[in-house]
Amino acid sequence: MSVQVRRSPLRSFGKLCAILFYLCFALFPIYWLVKISVTPDQLVYTEGTKLWPSTATLGNFGKVIFQTDFLIFFRNSLFVSLSTAAVTTLIAAAGGYAFSRFEFSGKRILVALLLLTQMFPLLMIIAPIYRIVAALGLLNSLPSLILVYTAFNIPFATFLMQSFFDGIPKDLEDAAMMDGCSRFQALRKVILPLTLPGLGATLGFIFTAAWSEILFALMLIRSNDAMTFPVGLLTFVSKFSVDWGQMMAAGVLALVPSCIFFIFIQKYLVQGLTSGAVKG
Amino acid sequence: MTTFTNKAPGGTRARTSLYWRYLVEPYLYLTPAILLIALVMLFPLIVGISYSFQTVNLLHLDKGGWAGLSNYADLWADRKFWLALENTLVWTFGSVFFQFTLGLGLALLLNTRFPGRRVFQALVFLPWAVPTFLTALIWAWLFNPVIGPLPHWLAAVGALSEPYNILGDPELAIWGPITANIWYGVPFFAITLLAALQSIPSELYEAAEIDGATAWQSFTKITLPFLAPMIAITVMLRTIWIANFADLIFIMTAGGPANSTQILSTYVFTTAFKKLDFGYASTIAVALLGLLFIYAALVLALRRKFVKV
Repeated sequence: MSVQVRRSPLRSFGKLCAILFYLCFALFPIYWLVKISVTPDQLVYTEGTKLWPSTATLGNFGKVIFQTDFLIFFRNSLFVSLSTAAVTTLIAAAGGYAFSRFEFSGKRILVALLLLTQMFPLLMIIAPIYRIVAALGLLNSLPSLILVYTAFNIPFATFLMQSFFDGIPKDLEDAAMMDGCSRFQALRKVILPLTLPGLGATLGFIFTAAWSEILFALMLIRSNDAMTFPVGLLTFVSKFSVDWGQMMAAGVLALVPSCIFFIFIQKYLVQGLTSGAVKG
Repeated sequence: MTTFTNKAPGGTRARTSLYWRYLVEPYLYLTPAILLIALVMLFPLIVGISYSFQTVNLLHLDKGGWAGLSNYADLWADRKFWLALENTLVWTFGSVFFQFTLGLGLALLLNTRFPGRRVFQALVFLPWAVPTFLTALIWAWLFNPVIGPLPHWLAAVGALSEPYNILGDPELAIWGPITANIWYGVPFFAITLLAALQSIPSELYEAAEIDGATAWQSFTKITLPFLAPMIAITVMLRTIWIANFADLIFIMTAGGPANSTQILSTYVFTTAFKKLDFGYASTIAVALLGLLFIYAALVLALRRKFVKV
């Protein structure tokens, strides 16, 4: 729909100003991150606050990649985030399918329980989780992070998957079942192919969520080889807080995977952000 | 076996299939999800609540055991707790107010037509893709006078007497993380409100136009009433989420200077993470949970009273 606007020059000018304001507000911080990351070390202090340095370099990226542990952190984070996304999506797809296609006893209670897990402060369980993970001898291990992140993301992902299944007509699988498929076969052969974009979007959402989680990672991971990217970056910042160029180069690297996934999920943002809110 | 053969085959099958469809089959699909949530979230939640009645400190494991309500008595007498509560209110409502206002403005803007609108939308939503730890670091750097421009700009317009880092100033520090949070959260509000705006039938605006309504009148008489239910639910959920959101503050200021940016959730985290005092951390967390419940109940009651849906 379009709002009818009377085209007065003052109005168009105001609108242009608003557009420019939002663009600058959104992009300036990211621009600054990139700018410092390409500023040579010797120029940071003299030209740090200029809009563009007199010479640019990619040297900071080289140092970050070849002289620090960031490649290990990057690999750890990638492993944790991808595994979390894959396992969560699989489990949430099954749960979302059940919520979408069945009426069963206990459904309302389950939905309420899932919503509840979205409300309470997650930090409330950081101490018990630490003790349980420590008792199992799983501190400093990536699988423990994957397990924790998977559980945290299941409620949201389940609602999201449910909204995708709700969008697929039930007649399709009824027809398949009429033709002799079992329900599981109908799901696998008819419904799953149709919900591939939904699965992709869920993967993207969970990946970005796992990629940016830091507080539980700080608590559960202390050793250098098991650090995820956020923990590694924060440790680096507190140890070498004057290597501005390198810190920001690492920051730019951290941005890359989220941006790639963001492009994939942009179409589904509305569905994703509202799916948890409208149910219940 | 014999009982089965005695019955009419059709009847048995109908009964099994009824059981199967209502009790067994849905749970086959849901079991992994339920198991994980119960083991990793609900069970630790109960353990966490029980910690608030115990002395659990990893640095003094010898002194463990049940402590009754002594943690809660300590909490009541803890000046830092009350300060954190006050900061939580400033942090939450400061962030939500600006996120909502700027988000509504952006949604209204995106709901009009102009050249390059799709590219504009992709670009202004970009902050949402930036991981929270990076958002915190970027803004901490922007506020740093050595490499960030903000202190210099603020000094140039006279907001600061000289370009210094406001994150080190107890009076102003909390506005650093709030700014970062606004930046990060505007896309969320914009996108939910845009979805609601696009569901308003355009005939309403056309009719208002014919009747000679001004743009302001159609905004207050059509747009806002239509958005109200969405606004209520989004603001409530977001308020709870932001009150729990500790990442930005922990990374930008770690609660300092002098606890001037300590909110309840960062207080929980620093108590658990730095002091390893799990009993007291759980006590603060239970208090936060209680406050959030009261808030949610209040908002729902108000909503029932004022918003007729």
